[in-house]
Amino acid sequence: MGNRAIAEHAPAAGFYEEKGRFSGLFAWIFSTDHKRIGLLYMISILILFSVGVVFGFLMRLELVSPGKTIMEPQTYNSIFTLHGVIMIFLFIIPGLPAAFGNFFLPIQIGARDVAFPRLNLLSWWLYISGVVFALLALFTGSGPPDTGWTFYAPYSTQTGTNVSLAVFAAFILGFSSILTGLNFVTTIHRLRAPGMSWFRMPLFPWSLYATGWVQLLATPIIGITLLLVIFERLFGVGVFDPLKGGDPILYQHLFWIYSHPAVYIMILPAMGVISEIIPVHAHRTIFGYRFIAYSSLAIAGLGSLVWGHHMFVSGQSYTADVVFSLLTFLVAIPSAIKVFNWVSTLYKGSIVMETPLLYALSFIFLFSIGGLSGLMQGALSVNVHIHDTAFIVGHFHYVMFGGTGFGFFGALHHWFPKMFGRMYNKTHSRIAWFFLFVGFNMLYFPMFILGWMGMPRRYYDYLPQFHTWHLMSTIGSWILISGLILMFANLIRSLRKGERVGSDPWGGSTLEWSISSPPPKENFEEIPRIDHGPYEFKGASKE
Amino acid sequence: MSATGIAVEQHKDYIGAKIGMWLFLFTELLLFGGMFLLYSVYRSKHPAEFHNAAAELDTIVGTLNTIILLTSSLTMALSIAAIHRGNKRLCMILLAITIVLGTCFLVNKYFEWGAKFSHGIYPNSEYLLSFEKGEILFFGLYFTMTGLHGLHVLVGIIVLTVMLTKIINRPHRGVVFEGVGMEKLQGAHLAVLGERDERVWESEAIDETVRSVAISFKYLPVGKRIRVEEYANLETSGLYWHLVDIIWIFLFPLFYLIT
Repeated sequence: MGNRAIAEHAPAAGFYEEKGRFSGLFAWIFSTDHKRIGLLYMISILILFSVGVVFGFLMRLELVSPGKTIMEPQTYNSIFTLHGVIMIFLFIIPGLPAAFGNFFLPIQIGARDVAFPRLNLLSWWLYISGVVFALLALFTGSGPPDTGWTFYAPYSTQTGTNVSLAVFAAFILGFSSILTGLNFVTTIHRLRAPGMSWFRMPLFPWSLYATGWVQLLATPIIGITLLLVIFERLFGVGVFDPLKGGDPILYQHLFWIYSHPAVYIMILPAMGVISEIIPVHAHRTIFGYRFIAYSSLAIAGLGSLVWGHHMFVSGQSYTADVVFSLLTFLVAIPSAIKVFNWVSTLYKGSIVMETPLLYALSFIFLFSIGGLSGLMQGALSVNVHIHDTAFIVGHFHYVMFGGTGFGFFGALHHWFPKMFGRMYNKTHSRIAWFFLFVGFNMLYFPMFILGWMGMPRRYYDYLPQFHTWHLMSTIGSWILISGLILMFANLIRSLRKGERVGSDPWGGSTLEWSISSPPPKENFEEIPRIDHGPYEFKGASKE
Repeated sequence: MSATGIAVEQHKDYIGAKIGMWLFLFTELLLFGGMFLLYSVYRSKHPAEFHNAAAELDTIVGTLNTIILLTSSLTMALSIAAIHRGNKRLCMILLAITIVLGTCFLVNKYFEWGAKFSHGIYPNSEYLLSFEKGEILFFGLYFTMTGLHGLHVLVGIIVLTVMLTKIINRPHRGVVFEGVGMEKLQGAHLAVLGERDERVWESEAIDETVRSVAISFKYLPVGKRIRVEEYANLETSGLYWHLVDIIWIFLFPLFYLIT
């Protein structure tokens, strides 16, 4: 790193120093600056992620041996519900778009802020109120919800636990997600810098654009579904109650019409992050730019039409089964296009194995396992065998945690120097990655085997023949958590102690690397004019 | 960094605001879409029972409400047209009529629901549970869908009321002049022009002896003038109102006219 660059940005405080109307905490929670809102989201999301990890840890601990280990069955039911609700609604759905999207979308397209800054702040406040309601649901009423994160009717409409409040929390969180999507789609339409045509836009904004549409079009369906569960519980309307003519299968349809596309709300931004990390650390322009951009839209489109593959054993019509199975296989095509393009980008690149690239490569590896096991489940006959087993749990953890989770950590390590103006300890971050990667595989791969052997998901107890794999999985969870602790300790320490960096520590070529680290309040003193694509490395060098 | 003297842009993006509103309307359509999906499935399962249950609803009140809501959409559109032409008074009258019509709709709905309740027809009531399953579903959907629609009408009325008060209390337009350097004024005249560009007043030539020039205006607001953002906001509020209307246009035949 050149000394000149460091001297140039000597009091590198950027937007952190900006004096607004308020000071202290209020300067953050009432700020409409997209960077501050992004960090607010990131802090709140990571805190809730830690809570979710604790619940996951407790579940694994309970399953370390057959029979009762540390908790009662009812507690176990609540804990897997809370683990799911927190990880899905509070961590992984808002995760990348709300934290990194808020911070980097305007910068990457050369704008000073998002289209609706106040709406942006409102969506963070809605997120926080959702969190508050979710927490209230734990401690008030008659016990924490025990339905699983899917809130399936008719159980959810009849159980005595505090489902209404938890469902209302999810409804509010959905509203927050809609507003973020609306904001991003409008921002991308209206605020691209002059000269930044659609195909000069970096791939992270492209993925956020596709995500934004899914958020907009799919989330209202879960909104109404959750409202109906509340109406059902409060007034006994009867739309999901067989006694009054209602059909619980329709609940499943409505639920998955949102919740399957939601899977793509989770994974698409992570794919965008990987498309940013790989060219920067391979110092080579991305291979197949347009294909990656279009495949995001294709995944968003196709992904909205496959919800029925969650319901192959629900008794829906056989025709529906076949159609949904076919469409499910089709989603693999755009996903694979991305993977092939990333790998091709690495070919003949000047690869530097920095930590973000390690995360990106593990994303490709883990996502491929997750995706291919998804195809197994998409096949009708195999699905009947493994439906509702631990195989499914293994699959979606490989896609969600191995995919989006590792994408999130990759983004964290890739953009950390830009966000805070300091570099973390690279050796420690590699060690943490190693623990995470090994622990992850040890924790979740046994679930594939267990599921294949017939271990059902969400069960509190199991037969002795499953013991070895459960034990291995639980030990894996300990390794994984050690890796997480090491990673966060390293990052938190580096906030103050890390070495200062210049504006472009990796040699990246997108707009965020052209401004100082951390970015100034208005991002750009002068809105840049764009006359080339996002990944042209000629002349770009580390600063 | 704005501290160094770069002016923060006060520019407002009205097209962006409209795009945002349209996107929001899509989400509203899909919100109701979920219920229309339930309706279509249950109606295809129980066509005869839906038919019978629909006979219980009062078509006359329904028709009246449809007329009221359609008229309110007309007055809403006219109100926007009026503000485009700078006719503040007419705009406010039409907007007030829209709000009154929206309220009439809700009052009618209140009496309609009230009548059903007094006959013992409400979700989970003993009397309703003695009906056929399809009829229970019909009324379950009726109360949920018209209830949620009513809520949207209420929100619309609140939004329009806010718009009305904003237009009534319209602040006077502030005029900001960019500072002009003295060197640029050297040798020039200052003048005030009338409507046909005739010179109402003219200063003497400004030379080196002049050290500063101060101009003060007395600004007299004219009733007609409306700020551009007011009609942009009114237009987006109007979009929302029309959405509420269009949902009713589907609810009305599906619940009242299938007998």
